[in-house]
Amino acid sequence: MAILQIKNLHVTVETEQGTKEILKGVDLIIRSGESHAIMGPNGSGKSTLAYTIAGHPKYTVTEGEILLDGEDVLEMSVDERARAGLFLAMQYPVEIPGVSVSNFLRTAKTAISGEAPALRTWIKDVRGAMDALKMDNTFTERNVNEGFSGGEKKRHEILQLELLKPKFAVLDETDSGLDVDALKIVSEGVNRAKEANDFGLLLITHYTRILKYIKPDFVHVFVAGKIAEQGGPELADRLEAEGYDRYVKA
Amino acid sequence: MTTSNSTVPAQHGMAEHSHGAGVPIQIRSARLRSADVADFGPVSRVEEQYRYITSERLAGLDADVLDEYIGDISIKHPEGVTTAWVGSEHPSFGAAGLPEDRPSAAAWGSAEQAYLVTLPGDATADCEVQIGINSETETPSALHIIIDAKPFSRGTVILDHKGSAVLGENVEIIVGDEAEITVISIQDWDTSAVHNSAQFAKLGRNSRLRHMVVSLGGKTLRVSTSAEFTATGGDVELLGMYFADAGQYIENRLYVDHAVPNCKSRVTYKGALQGDKAHTVWVGDVLIRMAAEGTDTYELNRNLLLTDGARADSVPNLEIETGKIEGAGHASASGRFDDEQLFYLQARGINEREARRLVVRGFLNEIIQKIGNEEIESRLSASIEAELERSGS
Repeated sequence: MAILQIKNLHVTVETEQGTKEILKGVDLIIRSGESHAIMGPNGSGKSTLAYTIAGHPKYTVTEGEILLDGEDVLEMSVDERARAGLFLAMQYPVEIPGVSVSNFLRTAKTAISGEAPALRTWIKDVRGAMDALKMDNTFTERNVNEGFSGGEKKRHEILQLELLKPKFAVLDETDSGLDVDALKIVSEGVNRAKEANDFGLLLITHYTRILKYIKPDFVHVFVAGKIAEQGGPELADRLEAEGYDRYVKA
Repeated sequence: MTTSNSTVPAQHGMAEHSHGAGVPIQIRSARLRSADVADFGPVSRVEEQYRYITSERLAGLDADVLDEYIGDISIKHPEGVTTAWVGSEHPSFGAAGLPEDRPSAAAWGSAEQAYLVTLPGDATADCEVQIGINSETETPSALHIIIDAKPFSRGTVILDHKGSAVLGENVEIIVGDEAEITVISIQDWDTSAVHNSAQFAKLGRNSRLRHMVVSLGGKTLRVSTSAEFTATGGDVELLGMYFADAGQYIENRLYVDHAVPNCKSRVTYKGALQGDKAHTVWVGDVLIRMAAEGTDTYELNRNLLLTDGARADSVPNLEIETGKIEGAGHASASGRFDDEQLFYLQARGINEREARRLVVRGFLNEIIQKIGNEEIESRLSASIEAELERSGS
């Protein structure tokens, strides 16, 4: 059983208008096997939380801590965090020209497990995961994210989630830009990976529609850099009906 | 804009005049061409050819007289290919072009004989010639190589430069009618080497040339590549890849002269730079003359700056004298290493050093993959690894 603790997290970012505080004291605990949904209006800091957990250099932590099984995550470099078991499915994954998906996946897997995967089982694993995500076999020959459609980018992120087997996965608006069919395929991929590896899931979303396919145990409403309210799945239903107005006006 | 005469003597006379006036020549076709070093003034920033290079950098290659090259030349070739040393009276000597700057002219006049490699008309695509140039001589010396690909010939010629020479070199590439050849020039010198190489290609009717310049090791590497179409249907692809370390200077000058109709040219150069005072220069001149209707040309240069303190100059020049063309374009971009790419790879557990390697390898792959020779591809990949290793990035 692994545990990810976020305590009183304050985060700033440099803007043209000077330093701006985005996260204003976030507290959150996620355990293996749990699914947490973070919902909130645009600009509430949801993505900042995701990128801060992953260690993006743009964000500065001014107060608070993040602990993974008691280890200080904030002391770790981006790659150390990934090797420690944190995974971020990005909203806008970047293109890496000239680097094939197959080379990238193998390099990442080798880095995470500390040794190169046995070739035959690896190829089988990759093929299996791709088939399940309804991705064509030729996909591995393409360059990472280069010329990918929005849906292909998201499937590629979830493919990595399945193959890299993290302890905790943060999904940053993985549902955005997907049509219903693609949303279903991607959600099933997340559920399958979770079933297989029992990771803790932090699902960041603006909309409730992905929650039809990925059932959260906990729902947190994120407003102005903090968690404004939390509850069970029924909270998502209420947000579906009422929207965020109640929180924004308050 | 004037359409100048394309025959060499007339150009020579005209340009000599402009040169005397001390005004930088603006029109590409009007630049002085001469085998006589005395026709060229000293290396000075006033003239476009030397805008980035200094006499000091050339380490004596801009002197009036150089030693004749006495280093090793090794050759591997299949049956049918012939080699010979020939003097300036030989019809192939000077058949592909004439020097356009002082170091090239100095080497031209100082190498009394040229090493002539002839691909016969029945040479097939698997015909591979390897010319190894390996020298430890540090006095400025001159070498002249002529590659004569006879009409209908096929094949690949690889010039492989190694050692620590100070070398002034002229390479002539005669591509006969209907011939299709690849020429690869690899500069993988020791860190002290200084190399100025002028490579002239002349393309016959419906001929194809794929030319590639790979510059890795050496203190100063300056390669000027020109391609001239003499008949319709020619197709030239000029490819280049370079990797400059701290203190290293790599200059590539390209000139494609579309003088006749319906020819195609593609220029693609990519470079990576790292370390303090790593400096690369790319100048791509394309001239589409009045008569060159139906021309199709595109040139591209991209540079990837991996660290602070490195500098990449990139100057595309397109001169168009006719509107009746298929297409003409250029693109040039020099960018810093993308931190978002680094973040993405690191977020997948890949450490910073390995992530940088992946990105650089990926960036240069587009060129490497076009070599079409596995042995050389893997050797170059290994050289790039070594470059990255050296910097400890």
